[in-house]
Amino acid sequence: MRLRTIALSDLRRRKGRTAFLVAGLLIGVGTVVALVSLTQAMTGQTKANLQSYGANIIVTPRTRDVSLSYGGISVGGLSVGQNVVSQSDLERIEDIPARAGLSAVAPELVGPVLVKGRRTLLMGVDPAVQFKLKRWWSVDTGRPPANAHELIAGSSAARTLGLTMGDYVRIGGRRFTVTGVLQPTGSQDDGLLIADLGAVQQILHKPGQLTLIEVAALYGATPVNEIARQLQAALPAAKVTSMQEAVQSRQHAVSQFRTFSYAIVGVVIAIEALVVFVTMMGAVSERTHEIGVFRAIGFRRVHITRLILFEALVASVLAGVLGYLAGMGTTYAVLPFVARGAGVVWTPLLAPAAIALAVGIGAAASLYPALRAGRMDPTEALRAL
Amino acid sequence: MSTHVTEREEDKMATKAATEAGEGGGESGAPADAPASAPDGASTAGAERAARFIDVRRLEKTFSGDGAPVQALRGLDLVVAEGTFIGVMGQSGSGKSTFLAMLGGLTHPSGGSVSVDGIDLYALPGERLADFRREYLGFVFQSFNLVPYLTALENVMLPLAVKRMPGAEKRERALGVLERVGLTARAAHLPGKLSGGEQERVAIARALVNEPPLILADEPTGALDSETTIEIMDLFATLHREGITIVMVTHNPEIQRYFDRTIVLRDGRLDCELPACAVDTPL
Repeated sequence: MRLRTIALSDLRRRKGRTAFLVAGLLIGVGTVVALVSLTQAMTGQTKANLQSYGANIIVTPRTRDVSLSYGGISVGGLSVGQNVVSQSDLERIEDIPARAGLSAVAPELVGPVLVKGRRTLLMGVDPAVQFKLKRWWSVDTGRPPANAHELIAGSSAARTLGLTMGDYVRIGGRRFTVTGVLQPTGSQDDGLLIADLGAVQQILHKPGQLTLIEVAALYGATPVNEIARQLQAALPAAKVTSMQEAVQSRQHAVSQFRTFSYAIVGVVIAIEALVVFVTMMGAVSERTHEIGVFRAIGFRRVHITRLILFEALVASVLAGVLGYLAGMGTTYAVLPFVARGAGVVWTPLLAPAAIALAVGIGAAASLYPALRAGRMDPTEALRAL
Repeated sequence: MSTHVTEREEDKMATKAATEAGEGGGESGAPADAPASAPDGASTAGAERAARFIDVRRLEKTFSGDGAPVQALRGLDLVVAEGTFIGVMGQSGSGKSTFLAMLGGLTHPSGGSVSVDGIDLYALPGERLADFRREYLGFVFQSFNLVPYLTALENVMLPLAVKRMPGAEKRERALGVLERVGLTARAAHLPGKLSGGEQERVAIARALVNEPPLILADEPTGALDSETTIEIMDLFATLHREGITIVMVTHNPEIQRYFDRTIVLRDGRLDCELPACAVDTPL
């Protein structure tokens, strides 16, 4: 028989109150764990994207976004004045001062076409440059298109249209030979048919036009942002976006999410501390007579205090463990909706940190009730019947 | 003279040393400053201490609540020898329970002093009073006051919960006292599954587990039928024969025959002692 025997027996007896105490802490800890692991996963995905993406500068047509409002209420936006990126822009790109820092310049034109009665996206590229830029494009069997009468299919497009290597397909009155099928990339490229740029410009009736230009700049003497600035100066009618900007924009969004999470976590922790405090005060009040008996038979004040704190500790540890599991489960459930393709990052220290958080909150919120229990006058406590 | 021997004499000596160091002997009248090395002096001191095992002098207690102050004890004097079975009787409001609480160190007096075995209770520093209750006293409450979620055995072991002792030894000692009260077979039962008499026995066993020299019992038979009352009083009588000093508050005149002495309180004072009380003195 030790103080912890009494504490554990009381927790077992008062299952409802114990469950309420554990739930109060569990929700808070689970929220913290979920927010931390979600933030870690999104940050990890951003870093992975930055490292794996081939092009780090994108040239697209410049548009002006106009927001519409009615009666002071925003009802949406409208893009006006869309300029065009053309093949002549490729020459201006080659003329920038930092052209030695360019590894690849890949023009692309994308448009919808009907293939076998199905609406499909057709992308026109320079195959040699494109396959150099997109290192993750891999052909299972076959080869990239070598002339204007050949195309290669993305994995989803091939499956949807029933295409395999060696098939013939007619697009816009033009006959193409399928030279291969790309292995799945997990991106929108899987739904494309990829052919020679000139052929696609003819089919889409957009001679000399491009949808975008992907540029791979070397990480060398000239910073990527400087190269992007030079490209913007050379192409005033276009919008030049450094992927670093895009990634930084994403990182900024993740950082804002993290800050917002901390604010939520702070509120949640305050609420759960209050729940623990009120529950433990109620427990001490309920046990006034029992505490009087303990004091009468020779328990010191510190023994009473330790008894109450031990009960809070046990409930806190349990809440920490369950909260961690609930938080990680929530992360698995929610992550696909907030960051598709991101993987959960398992941090070894998160579990002990979650338990330490629960124990810290439980102990802090139980301290006053425990001290109050120890200070009870034994005769008053015994009279409390 | 008591033949009762305590196992943890060093704990009791430490408690005594604390109060003697605090005030050099106090007002207990016990020769606490007698040199321990003098054999004759020690035996004389021991005999005097036994004769004044409980020494209450001008004890007063006033409760200040929301209304007018209530004076529960108004200068009570009492000396009880070791090994005495003393009954405390009196009408409701006479101060019996307050007197018992003060003997047990549960509430500080407004005036006067209480000494037990030479220890001035209210001169003990800090939490030594709690240690005194644990080592010197056994409380038997009116409503048993067993912890409902602990078994009979665990309830008996409760005073041992804060002692540094191997668990097996605690269990063995608790089973031993349960055997003394005849409840070994019910050791694993919760109080809710025990009869009133059995609960009372568990409460007595809990009071005995630390082998105290003094038992304080507040109406222990108040909730029992007459047959069970006799069983319980026979148990107390056995403990008395083993040398334990017992102070029992009761309203029941039928158990008076068990007592060595019976005192009657009235209006917070010692009114008289049976059989010398007036015939019409209500109890």
